[in-house]
Amino acid sequence: SVFINKDTRVIVQGITGSTALFHTKQMLEYGTNIVGGVTPGKGGTEAEGVPVFNTVAEAVQTTGANASVIYVPAPFAADAIMEAVDAELDLVICITEHIPVLDMVKVKRFMEGKKTRLIGPNCPGVITPEECKIGIMPGYIHKKGHVGVVSRSGTLTYEAVHQLSEAGVGQSTAVGIGGDPVNGTNFIDVLKAFNEDPDTHAVIMIGEIGGTAEEEAAEWVKANMTKPVVGFIGGKTAPPGKRMGHAGAIISGGKGTADEKIKTLNACGIEVAETPSVMGETLIKVLKEKNLFETCKTH
Amino acid sequence: MNIHEYQGKEVLRKYGVSVPEGKVAFTAEEAVESAKSLSSSVYVVKAQIHAGGRGKAGGVKIAKSLDEVKAYAEELLGKTLVTHQTGPDGQVIKRLLIEEGCDIKKEYYIGLVLDRATSRIVLMASEEGGTEIEEVAEKTPEKIKKAVIDPAVGLQGYQAREIAFAINIPKELVGKAAKFMLGLYKAFVEKDCSIAEINPLVVTGDGNVMALDAKLNFDSNALYRQKDIMEYRDLDEEDPKEIEASKYDLSYISLDGNIGCMVNGAGLAMSTMDIIKHYGGEPANFLDVGGGATAEKVTEAFKIILSDQNVKGIFVNIFGGIMKCDVIAEGVVEATRQVGLTLPLVVRLEGTNVDLGKKILSESGLNITSAESMADGAQKIVSLV
Repeated sequence: SVFINKDTRVIVQGITGSTALFHTKQMLEYGTNIVGGVTPGKGGTEAEGVPVFNTVAEAVQTTGANASVIYVPAPFAADAIMEAVDAELDLVICITEHIPVLDMVKVKRFMEGKKTRLIGPNCPGVITPEECKIGIMPGYIHKKGHVGVVSRSGTLTYEAVHQLSEAGVGQSTAVGIGGDPVNGTNFIDVLKAFNEDPDTHAVIMIGEIGGTAEEEAAEWVKANMTKPVVGFIGGKTAPPGKRMGHAGAIISGGKGTADEKIKTLNACGIEVAETPSVMGETLIKVLKEKNLFETCKTH
Repeated sequence: MNIHEYQGKEVLRKYGVSVPEGKVAFTAEEAVESAKSLSSSVYVVKAQIHAGGRGKAGGVKIAKSLDEVKAYAEELLGKTLVTHQTGPDGQVIKRLLIEEGCDIKKEYYIGLVLDRATSRIVLMASEEGGTEIEEVAEKTPEKIKKAVIDPAVGLQGYQAREIAFAINIPKELVGKAAKFMLGLYKAFVEKDCSIAEINPLVVTGDGNVMALDAKLNFDSNALYRQKDIMEYRDLDEEDPKEIEASKYDLSYISLDGNIGCMVNGAGLAMSTMDIIKHYGGEPANFLDVGGGATAEKVTEAFKIILSDQNVKGIFVNIFGGIMKCDVIAEGVVEATRQVGLTLPLVVRLEGTNVDLGKKILSESGLNITSAESMADGAQKIVSLV
């Protein structure tokens, strides 16, 4: 697995909000080791059976947490990320969407030279099946196994995971990097981690229109990746100049089209699923070609 | 969010960025009054629509007298302008900017934009003003000069001067050009712009550096803290269906096809359009209902989809994760009844409580076609319309 496992100790920032409470309960039921929560002014109380603190620093000091998940509303989310980074957590996962992009530009600058890895914002989170779920994804569709999943889109990740699990192919870790133009962790960061992870034997990379992150990742795969990668790119029919739901999903100045990305992926040796219905099928085909199917099949 | 050129220039003026004198006019009479108030004998009559390419499409006129201003204003107001950015239907001109003419010596390009690769704002400039920057980037990329801005300290004077020298601004005007760029950057960050493009930036005969055009776009996620920018919103420039959708927190984009789509999640919504096209159909819209697809939201989504006269069928594609399929199915059934849907409806449900969801659909007595997968659903709706 990458980034998280059964030993990850998680705090929930903004834990007393309704969405956070709901997902805290879901994560606890999945078996995630939630050790506390933070809501300024609610310190000393409890939420879903875990202690609430006023500050992240206090929560970390008391609970020994090494990861946090953020459900704080967008206007305050950048501040919440920086608080978590300042408390020297290893991992911060920001679920919040609609954070102003200039706030994220500042956050990225603030994080330079610091140890924390940020995943998101505007993402479903990260899950290592049967060990730890941090985020909003439906846990039960996942199966423990050896395929890494990395994606800019939440529901497309679920779609891919579901197809794999139905076919008996489990996942090592599924990472949602989020749909915003400025994010903490990009495709290459996650691919590197999967490449170094002995539990991961193959990867599905799910991209979409906008920016050039997929192209850069494809070049990296070509030069460095020792494990098979298959891809999918959403938005072939998206019109230019329109933001397709995600802040980062926009074709601007003729750049960032799906066709361009698919071309680059193919040129770098990455097979791309023709439709989202065959993401799992495409990976399984490649696994069989590489004689990896039997080891990746969950028994 | 987009605003008009004259509004963009109002914003820039507040930040000390030099722009020509000008006034907005909604009628030909106002146009003449605006022209009278300017200290110039040459006037520029500019169509105000939210699209570029206005000049080439005949939306910008030079008038040498007040009579000409009146004649041009009458010609332009109410006319539909078709530019390469408006689409074939064009956009009706409802506002004009009446501006003083200026003695242009040379045109340049200045732009501020987010660079996704560095997560920083980049100042871009070129001495090929008046041409689209994408075209310059393609043909003569060496003519584009860039400065990456550190958000901790903002654009620095030396960076602005370097850029000004690099694009060959006359050296006696480099100071003015640098001041222009610093003002533009300040406006960009304080007003939460997503793009600020000055094309062209001009050097005038009387030694001025000013913005002849101004394209400012704003980060819609930051509008909650930019109340004055929100005032500039012009609903005439937006698709009425998209406006309606935004009221219900639905992410909707109108397209040209005939298959309406309702999906949860942006990535899945985009891919649903793709798979419809893959099986030979044409999507009528992008619609992300978000995580919580309640009966009310589904009903509103259906109403918006159906307000598009081209729609001949609807494909609902939901991956119920946290949101349970039975709840979504109930929402779809209720919405179908409420809007009295008569068009073919294909529903693909997957995820939590999927069997229960399918049962609710089949027992509803409504004409709903159930699909086993995205591919199955796409094929079914394509064959039904």
